[in-house]
Amino acid sequence: MDWSTKWEKFVSTMEGEYFQQLLLDGLLNTDKVAVMGLIIGIIIGTLIAVVKVAPKYKLIMRILDKICTVYVALFRGTPMTVQLLLAYYVLLPSLGVRNVDSLTVGIVVFGMNSGAYVSEIMRGGINSVDKGQMEAGRAVGLSYNVTMLRIVIPQAIKNILPTLGNEFITLIKETSVLSFITVYDLYTALSAIGSKNYEKMVPYLVMAVIYIILVLLITLLVRLLETALAKSDKSAPKRKKA
Amino acid sequence: MQENCILKIEHLNKKFADHEVLKDVNLTVNKGDVVAIIGPSGCGKSTFLRCLNCMEDPTGGTILFRGENLADFKVDINKHRRHIGMVFQQFNLFNNMTVLQNITLAPILVGCADLRAKKRKTLLTKIGNVFRKEKKAVDAPTVTKADIKTAAKEKAMELLKKIGLEDKADAYPSTLSGGQKQRIAIVRALAMEPDVLLFDEPTSALDPEMVGEVLNLMTELANEGMTMVVVTHEMGFAKEVANRVIFIDEGVIKEENTPQEFFHAPQNERLKEFLSKVL
Repeated sequence: MDWSTKWEKFVSTMEGEYFQQLLLDGLLNTDKVAVMGLIIGIIIGTLIAVVKVAPKYKLIMRILDKICTVYVALFRGTPMTVQLLLAYYVLLPSLGVRNVDSLTVGIVVFGMNSGAYVSEIMRGGINSVDKGQMEAGRAVGLSYNVTMLRIVIPQAIKNILPTLGNEFITLIKETSVLSFITVYDLYTALSAIGSKNYEKMVPYLVMAVIYIILVLLITLLVRLLETALAKSDKSAPKRKKA
Repeated sequence: MQENCILKIEHLNKKFADHEVLKDVNLTVNKGDVVAIIGPSGCGKSTFLRCLNCMEDPTGGTILFRGENLADFKVDINKHRRHIGMVFQQFNLFNNMTVLQNITLAPILVGCADLRAKKRKTLLTKIGNVFRKEKKAVDAPTVTKADIKTAAKEKAMELLKKIGLEDKADAYPSTLSGGQKQRIAIVRALAMEPDVLLFDEPTSALDPEMVGEVLNLMTELANEGMTMVVVTHEMGFAKEVANRVIFIDEGVIKEENTPQEFFHAPQNERLKEFLSKVL
């Protein structure tokens, strides 16, 4: 195998401005879908988790609970690829919606899918917060919702941060299925670069390296965030060992 | 008499599934009373205390507070809980907030909510005035959100100064000792200017060394005339600070008396046995 020619072919392809732009767009789209997906996912997930842990005295809560159960079952029960295909090629056309940017569809589907997973993570996080916190909030006269929002959920998020980082990593890697609905992501870009002169080995390796770098960056980001949020459980300022 | 009475509990019942924890408990707490509740573990004394602010919903009976029955589900319990402070065995300070935020959270949120309600009312009156022949007086709120915040902070600092912990205002609860945490929990309850304070075994989770500082603060409050209901195992506190002591066993008030009579001339057999073990 002649790696040097393969590498040269790749480099010469990449010299073209078109392909540079392609790679950049792909990288940007991958990040966009993952980041926006995670944000939507956290919002949806938190809402579902709150419904799940709420007391079920009222009929409306019981109905919402059922809806959330079905939602989670649907989105966890089917692969992301299937969800993307159904949304883009079945749901939208059958509703008569045209001219929807495939990237937007990708973001929404990723967000909704992620929401199903985050809801379970968040539920665990909320349950991990000591019950006394809720009681104390209620005892000073705050409502259930306010206590949840101001006291329980912030602590829950701190507890589940490492797991949320995991979810983010999963999302960024799963963006590689976006090509199914014609989004130019990292995979599509490098695949196209490889097709230029039928030489895909180097582009695929480069793709792997880029994904690893992205994931390492996320890991670092989560670490930093954890340290920043850990300020409330630091006991006494740390001293250097003598 | 009626004005003096802060809490009036009548025929209070509490069942957990089939297990009857409280059976027909009656108690009146007057202004300035310090009521100590003692009893063997599992007798329902904590449940009784938690029923008083509906932390546990009573299954029967009435709890009259400020003329309203708290046991009624239609009553807005959050509104009344603002006037009933509660101190827990496990302190339960909000871990994600500094000491100062812990104390000011509720006063600020409640203050701002009241302000919003008042603004809404003023707006409605103003709109109504357009159509009214005789204009109604507009009662516009004079305070702003910032005022509420500063006032709450000042109050909190004042209270912290009182317990000598003003230098801990920006510390997080995890950096404090148990005694400090519990004293701050008491201050958090005081910041709402409650009519009555409920203590649920406030010293049971503390190191022996720290029990004193918490009891001292409670004694100080009692001397200032704060109405308190205290579930405790501290017989010394019950004897010296309380003006009434209650013995609960098997979900019933077995004896209620002044500390003098209670400790020196107990009537109930079960109480005699209990006292012989703990004293």
